[in-house]
Amino acid sequence: MSTPHAPSPNGLSLPDLEAVYDSLAMAIDATPPAQRELLLVKLALLQAQALGTHQAFAALLAQAQADL
Amino acid sequence: MHQPASTPRQSIYYRYQVFDSPPPPATPGLVPALVVGAGPIGLVTALGLAQQGVRCVLIEAERQVSEGSRAIVFTRRSMEILQQVGVADAVLAMGLPWRCGNSFYRGQRVFRMEAPQSDDDRFAPMTNLQQQYLEEMLLAQVARQPLIELRWGHKVIGLPHNQGDHAVLDIDTPHGPYQQAASWVVAADGARSALRQLCDVKLEGNAYEGRFVIADIRIDLPLPTERLAFFDPVWNPGNTVLMHREPHGIWRIDYQLPPDETPEQALAPASLAARINAQLAMIGLANTPWELDWSSVYSARALTLPNYVHERVAFVGDAAHLLPIFGVRGANTGFQDAQNLAWKLGQVLRGNAPPALLGSYSHERVAAAREIIDEAGKSTRFMTPPSHGFRLLRDAVLSLSLSQAFVRPLYHWRTSRPHDYLQSPLNAADDDNGSLPDGPANGCPVPNLQLARGHHLLDALCGEGAGPFTLLLAQGQPDAALLAAVQACQSEGLPLRLVAATAQPPAPRPPGLAAWLHDADGRLPAHLGLPPTGAVLIRPDQHLCARWQAPPSASQLTRALHRALART
Repeated sequence: MSTPHAPSPNGLSLPDLEAVYDSLAMAIDATPPAQRELLLVKLALLQAQALGTHQAFAALLAQAQADL
Repeated sequence: MHQPASTPRQSIYYRYQVFDSPPPPATPGLVPALVVGAGPIGLVTALGLAQQGVRCVLIEAERQVSEGSRAIVFTRRSMEILQQVGVADAVLAMGLPWRCGNSFYRGQRVFRMEAPQSDDDRFAPMTNLQQQYLEEMLLAQVARQPLIELRWGHKVIGLPHNQGDHAVLDIDTPHGPYQQAASWVVAADGARSALRQLCDVKLEGNAYEGRFVIADIRIDLPLPTERLAFFDPVWNPGNTVLMHREPHGIWRIDYQLPPDETPEQALAPASLAARINAQLAMIGLANTPWELDWSSVYSARALTLPNYVHERVAFVGDAAHLLPIFGVRGANTGFQDAQNLAWKLGQVLRGNAPPALLGSYSHERVAAAREIIDEAGKSTRFMTPPSHGFRLLRDAVLSLSLSQAFVRPLYHWRTSRPHDYLQSPLNAADDDNGSLPDGPANGCPVPNLQLARGHHLLDALCGEGAGPFTLLLAQGQPDAALLAAVQACQSEGLPLRLVAATAQPPAPRPPGLAAWLHDADGRLPAHLGLPPTGAVLIRPDQHLCARWQAPPSASQLTRALHRALART
């Protein structure tokens, strides 16, 4: 049985993805408009730290930049 | 007619002296070296030239030392250079040594840096002293130096000739103009260099938009001598404030201007007072009485000339480059220029080296300036973010730093450091540098070492040791072959002295050995990454240029010296 916080090799389960979807949307809504960018940049830096390498972050950044 | 101010500048703590401006010389003749600008960099260059045995004329447009405290933080490497020109003791007697920097955000200290310091260092990582006092100390040293002629109130207004084997300057004075010819001219005439314009050379790089007010106030604050940086203070949102203690009860406060404000508005007394009071209130010291001494506005710029030698004019200091001052890079970079240029120009003028040696001055120091600009860019974009994206990231880091340790090193402001000339064309090509993995490599400055209480390795490269190259034997008595090799170089006219370290009480010096270093604990070989049989060749500016596992033969030593003097 896996621990609830261990990273999954297959990415998020659908219930977890839905939870991320909701919590991020609600956090953005709960933040005053002038601070929403700041919130997302802080989150990105924390995620980069969790990822552990610039290369992994750069790959995700490139994916995020596609199809804007 | 040039009429420099003849009344002393105003200051609440410094008594300015107005010096007499001499009339134009009756027969100006051709001087070997003409140094333009008697700021700290011009003064150090002139003293360095004198240590090479070269006569120089030093001209200064004003008749008194610098207005305001200007450069106030001197690095350890600058102190080592100032020791070489003989003023370190005077600076230490008045200056404030320090080593810690602190960054604050929302009232919390989010980063503290302690610069390393060991017993092997003679000087603290940083020493604070107002520029007027430093100039005064350097001027006292110049006055003791018969090879330097200082002309106050003489201003460069033209450069009618600059090619072949000399340059001619048009100089204006309160007594009228004259022309002065010189074999070489050193442009130490500062950020607004007239010689830069007269040579029609342009600085390259970025001019950042961030502008700062510098204000010096006399105030009694219960704070240690440390760097204090305040990010996004409540009274100056989004901007940065710096505070430094200076001697004589003076504090420097630097703060960034809002982008829409002019320097005139920022320096209006009411504006200055409101902001200084707001800063004092923020650090919990509201209503502490203070008095303004001096204020100014500067821009954070990062620019350099691509080449520091133009025909017979060599540029040093702010005339050669403009650097953001957050990492105390202005004067501290300039001293390294001055030290580098002085010995090379001295050797050229003494006929020991071809003018091509000055190409290595440009090579080494332009590379250093570009490295500094690269590092400065990183601190500048954190202190004064240049775009929306950089501001957002900076603000995110400020916010995260309250709880997340991993972002705090981004507050590090990358202080000025000595530069390693690893790629220098003067470094030996066929020595053992490549097979000596430890210790400083060729091109690096010799790191200091305390040999005995109060006695350091670099002391041996000052005074008489400051002019020539030094061959340093890591341990033990030089043998007859080495003494003969050194003598062969000396009789060829090569500027060389031999110094040997010994763990034993020094024996009588054999002829040809200039000095013993008493390394009682025998630490020198390991400190330099050498076996006890090893030796290094040290340039007059204390940078290494050859390293050997065993004492060099006469031909090895001659080759290394020829290469370091650009004779090949």
